[in-house]
Amino acid sequence: MTAGAAPAPSDVAEHPRGYAPDVLRSEYWKLRSVPSTPWTLTAAVGSNVVIAVLAAIFIPGHLSAADASSTDAVRLSLAGLHLSQIAFGVLGALVITSEYGTGMVRATFAAVPNRRLVLAAKATVFVVTALVVGTASCFAAYGLFQAFVSGGDLRSSLGDPGVLRAVIGGGLYLSAVGLLGLGLGAILRSSAGTIATLFGLLFVPSLLTSLLPHAWQTTVGGYVPMEAGSQIFIAVHHDSNSLGAWTGFGVFCSYAAAALAIGFLIIDQRDA
Amino acid sequence: MIEAVGLSKRYGATVAVDDLSFTVPPGQVTGFLGPNGAGKSTTMRMILGLDTPTSGRVTVNGRPYRAYRRPLVQVGALLEAQAMHGGRSAYNHLWCLAVSNGISRSRVEEVLDLVGLHSVAGKRVGGFSLGMSQRLGIAVALLGDPAVLILDEPVNGLDPEGVLWIRTLVKSLAEQGRAVFLSSHLMSEMAITADRLVIIGRGRLIAQTTMAELLNGSGTLIRVRSPQAEQLAVLLQQRGATAARQPDGGLHVTGVTAEEIGELARGRGVTLQELAVQQPSLEQRYLELTGEAVDYHTPTAALAASGPR
Repeated sequence: MTAGAAPAPSDVAEHPRGYAPDVLRSEYWKLRSVPSTPWTLTAAVGSNVVIAVLAAIFIPGHLSAADASSTDAVRLSLAGLHLSQIAFGVLGALVITSEYGTGMVRATFAAVPNRRLVLAAKATVFVVTALVVGTASCFAAYGLFQAFVSGGDLRSSLGDPGVLRAVIGGGLYLSAVGLLGLGLGAILRSSAGTIATLFGLLFVPSLLTSLLPHAWQTTVGGYVPMEAGSQIFIAVHHDSNSLGAWTGFGVFCSYAAAALAIGFLIIDQRDA
Repeated sequence: MIEAVGLSKRYGATVAVDDLSFTVPPGQVTGFLGPNGAGKSTTMRMILGLDTPTSGRVTVNGRPYRAYRRPLVQVGALLEAQAMHGGRSAYNHLWCLAVSNGISRSRVEEVLDLVGLHSVAGKRVGGFSLGMSQRLGIAVALLGDPAVLILDEPVNGLDPEGVLWIRTLVKSLAEQGRAVFLSSHLMSEMAITADRLVIIGRGRLIAQTTMAELLNGSGTLIRVRSPQAEQLAVLLQQRGATAARQPDGGLHVTGVTAEEIGELARGRGVTLQELAVQQPSLEQRYLELTGEAVDYHTPTAALAASGPR
């Protein structure tokens, strides 16, 4: 070690390489160096793929002709999303809440005092990972469903109207669920509180809207988070109360963006 | 060099740190002492920009901590040793922090060697003992080869060999010209390691002094035994000293030096059977100072009695 009596020279001049890229690299290594990442991603990919195969094998035999013609085959092949969204949401939350939970966040903020940069780097690293894994697993689920399904009514190809958008949309939706978890985690800081809030937001409003007067259901119902977000992975739309695919997804993303924006605003103000 | 000026931190109605000013100069080990809840950890977190002071400011090498983009090359800190993700390996824990400050992999290997954790570098830190976590925390502090080190209770959980290792390391870091700011509850350890002391109680500064000044303060006690104890006590009191009779017949004298007592006794023909300077231990002095701060709410009196002169 060298002596360090004199203040070190300008810490910026010493490192010609960018500052933000180093923080991104740090967050990338953090994400890939904890066992919860492969575990949650494996669970997510597993549920997408396994449920698609099970749906392809067991469901067609139980559909009436009318059912079969009105069933959205893409939606059916992506049925695993209802389970895998939990894994993506948990992973997104853990990206930040595990640091608060363990106290690691103090080492992180001592190393990078620009906390907003840390949060932005976490969101970037997470969303790239989620897009890659989420989209790939949706393509795998769709492909396996088509390979295993029998009966012509549920057969489709990526060239059919809305199919490619819906399959890609599955990956987009999973990534957005994770970002919502990350944003809530930045606000709430506790893993348990964040995960409970996330799934409360996803599942409870959908249940509550069914209790509302019908007139309200048609106006408010489409904006409920999971209802709005899931439009992106439905190939053919039948429900007139629902928002369009991209409009719905945009509404869902705005919830995630709002949570992240609040987290972004307050992360600098609070004591770590 | 750490400089705190008028540093205060309030949590609602609670005052954790109250108008605290002190300096941690380079080339010395500055001990940070205070009872539990005195505000030591809060002060350390404010130095590192983790907690925002309610008022006052603190700078490291002339700049507020959060003004640094790559602070690990300026300041290394050990706060809570076990505050790390238990699922990550020791090597990856260091690497994740190193890469954010542009520190190389070879430096990660170096600090792992330095703290003796190379053989367990690939193990998850969740399985580490407190002592191993302390060593890893010190490795983090040393990553950037910083000029300033802040160590909160570094010997916690270490075995005797580990304690000796820390003592030697801390002293050598100061000898290399670094500013070392060290908190510990172990008075004996602090007495051996620290050159200077910052003592706080209830968030306020009680004393900022060198170890030598603190231990040789005006409160030095001299124990005297004499067959003519009564006569000697009167003679000493006439000279403005205090002499308290002890149950065993001896006298506890303060306010004069041992030399003065010896001269006085010889001049008046008083026989001395014992004349012993009772060097107070750091622990005694510390308890006197912080006891006053806690019991009488008058830290200023303690300051006047033993502050730097």
